Amino acid sequence: MKIFVCIKQVPDTNEVKLDPKTGTLIRDGVPSIINHDDRNALEEALRLKDRYKDVEITVITMGPPQADVALREALAMGADRAVLISDRAFAGADTWATSNTLTAAIRKLGHYDIIFCGRQAIDGDTAQVGPQVAEKLDLPQITYVKHLEIQEDMVLAHRALEDGYEALSVKMPCLLTAIKELNVPRYPGVKGVFEAYREKTVELMSAKDLDIDPDIIGLNGSPTNVKRTFTPAPKGKGMLLDGCSKETVKDLFSRLKDKNII
Amino acid sequence: MGVRILKEKCIGCKLCLKSCPFNAIEIKEGKAVLNDSCTGCGACETSCKFKAIEVDKIEKKARDLSGYKGVWVFAEQRNGKLMSTALELLGEGRKLADRLGVELSALLLGYQVDSLCNELIHYGADQVVYAEHPQLKLYTTDGYTKAVVELVNEKKPEIILIGATNIGRDLGPRIAARLDTGLTADCTKLEIDDEQKILLQTRPAFGGNIMATIITPKHRPQMATVRPGVMKKLVPDMWRSGRIEKVEVNLSEADLRVRVMEIVKSAKQAVNLVDAEIIVSGGRGLGGPEGFEMLSQLAAELGGVVGSSRAAVDSGWISHDHQVGQTGKTVRPKIYIACGISGAIQHLAGMQTSECIIAVNKNPEAPIFDVADYGIVGDLHKVVPMMVEEIKALKAEE
Repeated sequence: MKIFVCIKQVPDTNEVKLDPKTGTLIRDGVPSIINHDDRNALEEALRLKDRYKDVEITVITMGPPQADVALREALAMGADRAVLISDRAFAGADTWATSNTLTAAIRKLGHYDIIFCGRQAIDGDTAQVGPQVAEKLDLPQITYVKHLEIQEDMVLAHRALEDGYEALSVKMPCLLTAIKELNVPRYPGVKGVFEAYREKTVELMSAKDLDIDPDIIGLNGSPTNVKRTFTPAPKGKGMLLDGCSKETVKDLFSRLKDKNII
Repeated sequence: MGVRILKEKCIGCKLCLKSCPFNAIEIKEGKAVLNDSCTGCGACETSCKFKAIEVDKIEKKARDLSGYKGVWVFAEQRNGKLMSTALELLGEGRKLADRLGVELSALLLGYQVDSLCNELIHYGADQVVYAEHPQLKLYTTDGYTKAVVELVNEKKPEIILIGATNIGRDLGPRIAARLDTGLTADCTKLEIDDEQKILLQTRPAFGGNIMATIITPKHRPQMATVRPGVMKKLVPDMWRSGRIEKVEVNLSEADLRVRVMEIVKSAKQAVNLVDAEIIVSGGRGLGGPEGFEMLSQLAAELGGVVGSSRAAVDSGWISHDHQVGQTGKTVRPKIYIACGISGAIQHLAGMQTSECIIAVNKNPEAPIFDVADYGIVGDLHKVVPMMVEEIKALKAEE
């Protein structure tokens, strides 16, 4: 069985701090990590490899050259092959253009049974690229996967809903997107890290390698454009009530009452 | 491509550094230079007082946009009941349609759900486009995508709004990809640009640290998803009338590649944070799972529900369905009481539009106080029980 796992290197937004004076974000020193849900996708692929014979895992990412680090980490965790799709021409892509690029690369990489993505990336939170790759490859999709089984050529999955789940089945090939509830990702071992850097290679693909129409990639190929960005205006400081006493609490509730809030 | 910095004009003043959402501008040898993170978005252009930044604006191949007219809302229903988010979107869609001077249509897919049509009209729709088919009884990606795309191609709406539920987020990107148009996720504000008559889609980016206004200038329809709880429903008008158009869709079992074997409701009553009017939330400052028992008491006295920050969920003190924030639920209750929550941006993104925010925290510098209407600096383990007592006293008075 051949599994492709699409991952994204993201800034760890939980580590972002705001400058208390200007209200803008301090980006210096924010570490880059493999996106959380993508790590769950990779882990599930690795578990299938642990369970069954002849599973080959290829990790794919589109990103700047420094995304090599994320791929090395995936190799260290146990992936067999890593592909970095990198070109200035891809920069600034929205989800539509990104999925075009990934789709073109996947077609070049040949046969697959499962394409695994994370549900969404913590820097964009769109959850769009997975389904859009599925559409362009004309594959059935199951998103929000929180439980997975394989039976012969079928995938049986639980897809999380807000108040429960759907039990779904689909014939391979298919595309799945993983959520946190699916598993607990492993850490790479020392041996794995050593191999990832010394013995394994990261294959590079540029726009030229993909034979892709320049009108459907990158910023200029994107249907959506950023018109402007701005820092949200702070709401304005409220009232700080002094002291931590019964009177303070009484004061608070009488104010709420006066304003008909309670 | 994209952005160029003109070395001869740049004086190295660093003004542009802050304007970049991607940290892609560095100063090297006294001049600004772009690094690999540059996406060519052009946000820096206006920050330069010396006209040293040039942004190429490549004209896209124009598509024929004429003939696209009207605002559509995807009226998501499950088990014959409309999702609250569909009604919220009708409220927002009404404003957009009025601004454009066009009709607002609700797109309803299902089987034997005719009774929902009037409800959609009461909440603001001029028209309901109702596709009824046995294969649409349950949501499937394949069935719903095929039906929606067929209808869009036939009727050509200029705007489609979809609720960002687990189903909306499965369907929206698939439709947008098949229609080859843009989709902006999780918008928190939608407006019409009066001059160009296009949709301005504003959403948080970079974990809620900055806001970005997105446009879809050359493709139609313009598609956006909005999270549940972000927009406001209209007060339903039972006298409002509208048209109901039943439409045919071509679907067969063979179209549905994914089979739904079972839909399982979680046994535990799901916490309904999104519809709650009062939320009492706790964070790391609670010190442990016991802290939430105290908050439940306060919530019970107020008739509210218990929320949580990500930190408390990650610590295993409370389940994920209580989580408010960027990766949890977006809420806008009447009263939000944040206890022992410092106010990480990811949390603020999910609650800062609450009507009244009350924060209790030991640390007077905690960012939560920046968004709070009322703040009490102190130990929540003392303040919360005092609040419970005070409410009991107030109730006794009445």
